[in-house]
Parts: sequence; structure tokens; C-alpha cells
Amino acid sequence: MKPIVEVNNLSVEYTRGDQKVGAVAGVDLHVGAGEILGLVGESGCGKSTLGKAIVGILQGADGEVNFDGQQVSKIGRGQRDAHFRNLQMIFQDPYGSLNPRRKIGDQIADGPRIGGISKSEALEKAASLLERVGLPRNAVERYPHQFSGGQRQRIAIARALAISPKVIIADEPISALDTSSQAAVANLLVNLVEEFQMGLIFISHDLSIVRRISDRVAVMYLGKIVETGKTEEIWNSPAHPYTKALMSAIPHADGKAFIPLDLPGDVPNPAYPPSGCRFHPRCPLAQGECASREPLHVSLSDGRKVSCILQEAGSAPKTLTF
Amino acid sequence: MTLLSVRNLTVTLMTASGPADAVRNLSFDIERGQILGIAGESGSGKTMTALSIMGLLPYKGKASGSINFDGEELVGFKPKDLRRVRGKDVAMIFQDPMTSLHPMLTIETQLTEHLRHHRKVSKGEARARALELLDTVKIPDPKTALKAHPSQFSGGMRQRIAIAMALACQPKLLIADEPTTALDVTVQAGILKLLDELRKSQNLSVIVITHDLGVLSALTNRLMIMYAGAEVESGPTSQVLTRPRHPYTQGLIDALPDSGANGKRLIAIEGMPPELGKFPTGCAFHTRCSFARSECKSGTPNKVDIDGIRRIFCTVDPFDTPAGVNR
Amino acid sequence: MASRFGNSNSIWRQPLAVVGIIIILFWVFAAIFAPLISPYDPLSQDSDKFLMPGSLHWMGTDELNRDIFSRVIYGARISLPYSILLVVLSAFLGSIIGGISGYFGGRVDAIIMRLTDMFFAFPAIVLAMAVAAALGPEIRNAVIAITIVSWPVYARLVRGLILNAKQNDYVTASSLLGSSSLRTLVVDLRPNLAGPVFVLASLEVGNALLLLSGLSFLGLGAQPPAAEWGSMVSMGAVNFDRWWVGLFPGLAILSAVLAFNFIGDALRDALDPRTAKALRD
Repeated sequence: MKPIVEVNNLSVEYTRGDQKVGAVAGVDLHVGAGEILGLVGESGCGKSTLGKAIVGILQGADGEVNFDGQQVSKIGRGQRDAHFRNLQMIFQDPYGSLNPRRKIGDQIADGPRIGGISKSEALEKAASLLERVGLPRNAVERYPHQFSGGQRQRIAIARALAISPKVIIADEPISALDTSSQAAVANLLVNLVEEFQMGLIFISHDLSIVRRISDRVAVMYLGKIVETGKTEEIWNSPAHPYTKALMSAIPHADGKAFIPLDLPGDVPNPAYPPSGCRFHPRCPLAQGECASREPLHVSLSDGRKVSCILQEAGSAPKTLTF
Repeated sequence: MTLLSVRNLTVTLMTASGPADAVRNLSFDIERGQILGIAGESGSGKTMTALSIMGLLPYKGKASGSINFDGEELVGFKPKDLRRVRGKDVAMIFQDPMTSLHPMLTIETQLTEHLRHHRKVSKGEARARALELLDTVKIPDPKTALKAHPSQFSGGMRQRIAIAMALACQPKLLIADEPTTALDVTVQAGILKLLDELRKSQNLSVIVITHDLGVLSALTNRLMIMYAGAEVESGPTSQVLTRPRHPYTQGLIDALPDSGANGKRLIAIEGMPPELGKFPTGCAFHTRCSFARSECKSGTPNKVDIDGIRRIFCTVDPFDTPAGVNR
Repeated sequence: MASRFGNSNSIWRQPLAVVGIIIILFWVFAAIFAPLISPYDPLSQDSDKFLMPGSLHWMGTDELNRDIFSRVIYGARISLPYSILLVVLSAFLGSIIGGISGYFGGRVDAIIMRLTDMFFAFPAIVLAMAVAAALGPEIRNAVIAITIVSWPVYARLVRGLILNAKQNDYVTASSLLGSSSLRTLVVDLRPNLAGPVFVLASLEVGNALLLLSGLSFLGLGAQPPAAEWGSMVSMGAVNFDRWWVGLFPGLAILSAVLAFNFIGDALRDALDPRTAKALRD
């Protein structure tokens, strides 16, 4: 499958004081049509920054993002190029992502209207999209405060859908929602990806939801992708100690009173990333050379890629135990 | 031994459209050294239940019924007496640890002030106790930590400090409202471990309030599920999670990403939780329940007692199957 | 759910606001029906000069034998419409400048903000005097002068509101959909500004009236023989031993300014508390 979005060696920096901080440090990613890529990692790992750089909200310091054959550049003051309007983003906070003072219908109609469609046609489209995401058509006449968090997230999805995007980057789209709404919004995204053959990058800190809905997973730690591959394979035999730690830390509602494993220490300050493998200070399997040598991003025999010296290029993933 | 006994607690709040019951006729007990979990979505009344125990209800909020804490009745207490109980015997931590930490003061000032206010100890004693507390919650290098400000710590460390602060006066009951919701999973696991150790080492009773059934499964002995201000099901955690009897509990469990096999689709509960003041009549869940019958729309749901340790509030009780039989 | 603007009826529950509204309604009534209310022509000089207030001339007469009561009533026809016009003009100008400053940021913003700093460094009346004097003494020029010195406060407010609103995801989402900065400014951000600007404007009416009267007092605003409160007060200042000449137009100014401020305060409280805070900061 030919990828629609291809990220090559992308780095994103921001300035804190006089200091340059590398939030994303050389990332490769791709997602194809009808595919869901789960991007997981903990707070401060740079996953949101990466998402924003992919759509062009942030400027990459190095590397490039290709979308459907053209290189993405940062959004400027003028109208965004029609080609890149097919690359959309959905945000975490359903309260901040809709304008509280504008009618739902007008907000959904924005995209088509900028694309040159008449107001009445655009509003008609908005109404049918609202229906598609499970809301009444007459919601076009209402304001965001009349809706719950889950419903607002559906509205935000409808707004992105209004211009028939080819790829959606969803940044923690369900983490701010109630349990009831979480499942429904996740299902909606899965259905839409299949129906419209969109590519979806689903950014989340929650490995259990990512495992359920994504075809492939990329695990990010401190600005770098440490492991990427097919979801089931990673879930069955994590090849990077961080992936394993992340999985082991999830508490399961199985009534077994089992307290999951914690990972000592905190995510280091990205302004001063540890030498060698960035995970080594917290890694239960770290060896002497992890502190000095940065591991290569190698391909294993099952096609996944991992950055850990415990794994050998071309061979099957070694089972990690800790 | 029962530490806290809540009976027929009803909390009435003032909303824009008049008074509304946020908590309805709630009864539960907590034993010493036990962890009770209260699960529910937003608007289920779980936080209001905690705040009424703390005597911290919002303006014009009113609690009725009975909250008996260690032999003392808290409903109708004078604010002065409430403060005495609240600060010393009952402590609370929140989702955002900065709720209980002052951003401009050092950890030492905050911890020792608290101790000296409630326990009237000398400065030296207070400092020694502060160090001991930081050690208890596993803050590395407590001496340096004392001199630092909250902003110098990560979210997980701040929550540990908030717990140290809550423990300062050796409370008998700790209420933790979404204590790990804002934290990363790897950090969350550490806090869960800490709370469990505290329960064991200090015979502390804990109420954990969260929507995360995984957290409750890891930590709690007993579990109460709330919906629209009322209890729908309660019992030993393992039983409630493995053999739920109320359709809402079943729905919550089915909606989890790691349960059921439905391909990429999760099993969602239709509709959404009702807002305060708009709770449906009868069984509040009947509008979303696939088992609902006409009798669910009015009256109160039937209370079903199971072996004296579990109960559900459901007139239909669709999962009433002989023990051990798998559905 | 309550409206974002709070309960608009609540302004009626604030006693001072009600007093303010009654006073303003009185002056509006006076302005509209001035010919019917006033016993004399405000410009006729057929009495004696400097008559004490009495049954014939309730507020006495001035140095040109004119009836002060009639002139105060007619004065409402100048003071009220002009101060409202002033507020509308400066709110409009300030919002546009502030909008540009907040949305474009960078150097544009820096230059505009330093400019507003310069305006804030001088007392408004001093600047207005300078501008009005340069343009020539005429009421139209006074309006221009006051508008020029009054816009910065709106520009600051609007800029702050936009900087705040710009951080919202919906602004980002809008630019991802292809909205240009200008469209975002007009379509997405404008609705956020209406409320706070309206509140500030209502608080500023009193100020505008005071500035206009001040310029007229100095001879830079309304020109003789027009009946304008500020210039009437200045006559009183020249003839300070005849207390009634300046007192009554002065009281008229005081009552109108107070009334506008009462209403503005009440509006601020009645509207979103966040707005109130943005204004105080």
C-alpha cells in the first residue's frame, strides 16, 4: 500500500528561554488509505507536537512530511492550499475546538464554503454530516454549549469530514470524554475510516484503546519512535522495553486486585535528553553500553522496527522479561 | 470495624433551574483498612458524595440523611467542629495535586504549617515528621525536596507530596478523587502501589473515586457503581467486575477496550449520562437500558440483596442466573 | 444552561443601575422635547443679566441675559448624542486597530502597542486639547480629537481578547480548513469581542461626555452661542461670584456622567464575569 502521509526524519524544536528543545527528534512514519496508525506515548514524549507538525501547524526544524505527493509546509496567513485541506486534525479538548459563539452549522459549513460551495448547499451538507455522526439535523441551528463533550467531539469530526479529508490526525480525541462516549466516538472514527478510506493517525496515551482500533502502532518516547509495527504483533511480543513497560502498567478491570508494574523515575526533560538510548535511565533491562551508544532503528523478521540493542536486525523479536 | 457509615445520604444542590438532588438516598459503609471504590461517569454524584463527607459542599449545597464517622454524626455539624474532624481524621486528594499545594511556598512550609496547626508540635518535631512523611510517600532525597517548590516536581511527584500532606495528621480516612486520572500509566501504577501500601501499613481506610474500572480493580476491596446520583450496584470488587448484575455495570465493562471481541468496534452504551436536574424518573438508567420494561419508568428500582454482601438496584435483574453459570 | 451573557435581567436588580437609567431617560426626554419643556429660547437675550434663580428663571440667567434652565435642557441635545457618537467612533477605530495588532502580532503588534503606550502616558484631556487646538476650535474637530485620544483603550482590550481567543483550537481548526487570517478574524473572532467592547463602551460614555465638556469649557469644543454644558460651566468659572451660572450645567454634567457610569458598571457585572476581569486588568 502506498502511504498518503509519509514523515521522513522529522525533527521539531521549540525555544524555551534561550534554549532549543527538541520535542521531536528524527521521526519516520507513514500511514496509508483506510489505515489506522496508533501513536502512543506518555505526556511530554512529543506525540502532540509531531501531530501538529504533520498537519502544518508547527514548522519542522529538519526532515519533511509528504502528503499525497506534496511536501507539507507550515500554514501561513493566507488561505491554505486546497491540496492540504484534505489533511485535517481533531483536537483533544472538545470545549476549545468549537467556537462557543457560532452556530454549529456555520462552523461545519466553513470548510465547504472556503472551498467555494454556496452557503445553502454547505449548510445542507452540514446537516447531513451531523446525521452521519449521530446527531440530529437541527443541531445546525444550535450552539456548542448545548452539547455534551462527546457530542461536541462528534461535531468536530463532522467539521473535518465536511471537506472529505484523506487523512485525519486525531490528537487524544477520546481522552476527555466519559466512558459512555469514549466507545461511541472511537467506533465512529473506525467506521468513517472504513467508509471513506481515510488514513487516521490516532494519537493517544492509552495503549489499550490503541491496541483495539489501530492496524499499526508507533510507540514514542522522548521525541523518538522506539518501536513500530503491526498492532497484534507488538501487543503479543513487545520488542522494546518501553513498550513492554507501557503495557504492563495498564490496570485491567478483571477483578484480580493486581497492581500493575510501575516504571520508576520520570520522563526526562527533553532539553537534556539522556545520552545513548534515551530510555536507558528508566529501563529495567539497561546494560552498560546503553548509556553511550544510541541504538539503531532496526527491522525485525516480522517487519516491525525497533530501537533497542537487545534486538537484532532481521531476526525474530526476543522476548523481554522483567 | 466500621469507620464510616453513610445512610440515606441525599445531597441537594442549587442549579440555575432550582434545587436538584445530585446524590440520592445513598448508603454505604467503610471498614478500617479497607479501600472502597466509587465508580461513575460525570454527573453520577460520586464527587458530591465525597465532598459531603468532607463538609465541602458548594454554596447552597445541602446534605441530609446520616454520615456517621467514627461514632460522630457529621450531617448537621457546626462548621467549626467539621473543620476539626476534616483536617485531622479525614483527608482528601484530588485529580490535580495543585488543588492542595500552594505554588509559592516550599514543601517544608506547607507540610509543617499543617502539622503545627493541627497537632501543636514544635518546629523541629514538625520538620522531622515532614521528612518522615516524604519518605513514606517515596520522594527521593526528602531533605532537598523540603526546600523545593511544587513547580519543581513532576505530576506524579506532586501527587505523592499531596498524599504526604493528606497523611500529615494521621487521618483515619483518605478520600482520593480521581487521584491518577491526570497521570501517565507508568506513574499511575506507582501511585496505586503507594496507596495500597499505606492502607496496609497504616490501617488507613480509603475511598477511591474514579471512572477507571482498571484502577478500581487493582486497588479496591469493595466497589460501588453510581448512576445519576444513586447506587446501582455494589459488592466485593472481584464479584462486581467479573459477574456484574446491573445492566449499567455490564455496559461499563463491555465498553472497555480490552473486553469483548467485536473487531475494532467497542461496545458502547447508547445515549449519554443525564445532567443534574434532568434525571429520568423511575430507574434513572431505563432510558438507556436494553432490558428496560414499563415498570422501570416509575417508582424506585427493586433492591436485590445477594448473599448479604452484594446488592443491585434493578427491577428486572436480567443477569440473575445460578451462581457459577456463565452467561 | 444559562446564557453566556449571564442573566440580562439582572441589571434591573441593581439599584444604582436603575437610578442611572432613570437619569439618562430624563435627559433623553429633555433632549427630544427641549422646545416644549424649556420656558425660553436658549439663545434669546431679552431678560436681565445675572438674575438670581427665582420663579421666572429657575436657574437664573447668564451674562448675556439668557435663561440657564432652558440652556441646560437644550444642552442635552449636544452632550448626549455627541458623547455616544464619540464612543461609537473610538470603539470602532480601536477595535480595528486592536484586531490588527492582536491577530498579526509580531512587529505590527509591537508598533501599535508602543503607540498606545504613548497615548496612555499623557492625560487624555491634554492630548485632546493639543489635537483640537491644531485642528481649530469647532465641535466637529473636538469629536475628531477625542476619538483620536480614546481609541487606545479599545485597542488594548480587543488585542487582549484576540490573543486569548487565538490560542483556542477552533482558530487552529479554522486555518486547517483553509480559512485565511482575515477570514478567521472576521468570522471566528469577531463574535467574541462584541460583548466586552460593548461593556467598555458603556463605561466610556461618561468619560467621553466629560472630555467633550472639558474641551468646550476651554473653548475648543462647542462654540458660542450654542448651549453646551461645558462651555456654560466655563462662563460660570469666569463669573465665579455668580454661583448659579456654573453650578447648574455642572450638575447636569455630573448627573449624566454618573448615570452612564452606573449603567456601565451594572452591565459589566451582569455580563460574563470573565469579561469583567478582562476589563479590570
